Amino acid sequence: MHSEPLNDRNVSSNSTYYYVDIEEYPTQGWDKFKRVIKRTFKGELFVGLWVVLREMIKFDIHTVQYPKEKLPIGPRYRAVHKLLRLWESGYERCIGCGLCEKICISDCIRMDTKIDENSRKEVTEYSINLGRCIFCGYCAEVCPELAIVHGQRYENGSEQRAHFVIKDDMLTPLDLLTSGQQAEYPGFGSITPNESVKKTPLAY
Amino acid sequence: MDIAFIVETIVKIVVILLVFSALAGFGTYLERKVLAFMQRRLGPMHVGPFGLLQVAADGIKLFTKEDIIPQNVVKPIFKIAPVITAATAFMAAAAIPFWPEFTVFGYTVHPIVADINIGILYILGVMAIGLYGPLLGGMASANKFSLISAARSAAVFISYEVVSGLSLLAPLMMVGSLSLIDINNYQAGGIGSWIVWSQPVAFVLFWIAAFAETGRTPFHLIANDHEIIDGFGTEYSGMRWGLFFIGEYANMFFISFVIAIIFLGGYGDGTGLGVLGLLLKVAFFFFFFLWTRAAWPDVRPDQLMWLCWKVLMPLAVINVVITGFVMMF
Repeated sequence: MHSEPLNDRNVSSNSTYYYVDIEEYPTQGWDKFKRVIKRTFKGELFVGLWVVLREMIKFDIHTVQYPKEKLPIGPRYRAVHKLLRLWESGYERCIGCGLCEKICISDCIRMDTKIDENSRKEVTEYSINLGRCIFCGYCAEVCPELAIVHGQRYENGSEQRAHFVIKDDMLTPLDLLTSGQQAEYPGFGSITPNESVKKTPLAY
Repeated sequence: MDIAFIVETIVKIVVILLVFSALAGFGTYLERKVLAFMQRRLGPMHVGPFGLLQVAADGIKLFTKEDIIPQNVVKPIFKIAPVITAATAFMAAAAIPFWPEFTVFGYTVHPIVADINIGILYILGVMAIGLYGPLLGGMASANKFSLISAARSAAVFISYEVVSGLSLLAPLMMVGSLSLIDINNYQAGGIGSWIVWSQPVAFVLFWIAAFAETGRTPFHLIANDHEIIDGFGTEYSGMRWGLFFIGEYANMFFISFVIAIIFLGGYGDGTGLGVLGLLLKVAFFFFFFLWTRAAWPDVRPDQLMWLCWKVLMPLAVINVVITGFVMMF
């Protein structure tokens, strides 16, 4: 349906809008009496009774028993962040560029880097203060290496604020990586983990 | 009065108290389940299988809760009001025959605490005293919503006493007795002799009045959650509130028994089938209380009064007059 006829909100003969037909409120005693009779014998009360009984008999229960059952969430849902690893080597993908730290509009990402013994930049500390994070997704969007992504874990209750969030919780554990359980973000530029993913030869 | 009679009566009282206290608790479970199913929910599920032990959890919670007496309430009246509701509900049960008489070990048991010859009059009277629970509780609570609720409860109860009394008058004229056992025996001939066929108007009127007297949903104005919080129950907590609750649910069961016995033949000729029939009828009426709560909205207080005095009461009077004429000629 086109929205043009709906844009004219004046009630007229050529507009879609019309006044709801409301019956005149009875003023005479006789009219009131007639309304009572009509309402008494119209059977609307029994229609209501039938509707709820029908729903009870159909037993079409919509309850999700939450801790046991969970509704599926979208693949692009922005829940608690994850730090991913390289499929071919198991190294961390994060190169310590600091873009996510810069773009974070609630200023909740902090990272610390150093040059390790192989002259590679190593990320020593990486933390996202989830108490301040607004889950806007800019960090994941700006990351050139698809290292920081949003995960699907939305149950992040904890006893201590310090648990929100430490690097080890976000980083994919090595055993999950080797068993192929690291979930990839299916967006543009993402990799498909298969045999074609090979370790870059560094010995040149 | 011999010892056997006293012992028998005490045993019957204890049994009725225990059974109907438990049933009142179980009634809350049924209500939550039925309402949930009608609204496509599951209701209580976590305590016990299918949430069956939810009643126990609620009971433990109510019993162990702190007994709060708010400031500025009239303490003695505030404390006694829930007891009035619960006690009158159970007192009304004294004249209800729950079961046909039966024989164990050669001893005939009459499953009615007191077969007084003014049975139904006594039941209506005691249920009318039940008004004092909400009325006194609401007035003593030092709370505006409770006060509104108290005023409403007085208006509704007194008005609908008229309807229930007048509507019962016509069947009682036909039976010629106020004892529920006599009324039951009058209809012992089977389905064809039920009073509901000869007095359908009285049946509907009494049923409507029963909703007002138990304060169930179409007439749930006494404790109308969405406009006056919980009415007379606002300031109550713990087991004092629980007593109001037990009284309300016990009342629903007893009034279901009364409707089934007066209009739908009760336990009939007293065979096992008749007993089963009575239980099914009571179950239906109890279910109907829950059913209407899921289906119907509340009426306004002024509409409730209007319905009582301008529609139901004239109908009841006309019904009595017509019954009288039919019986005379």
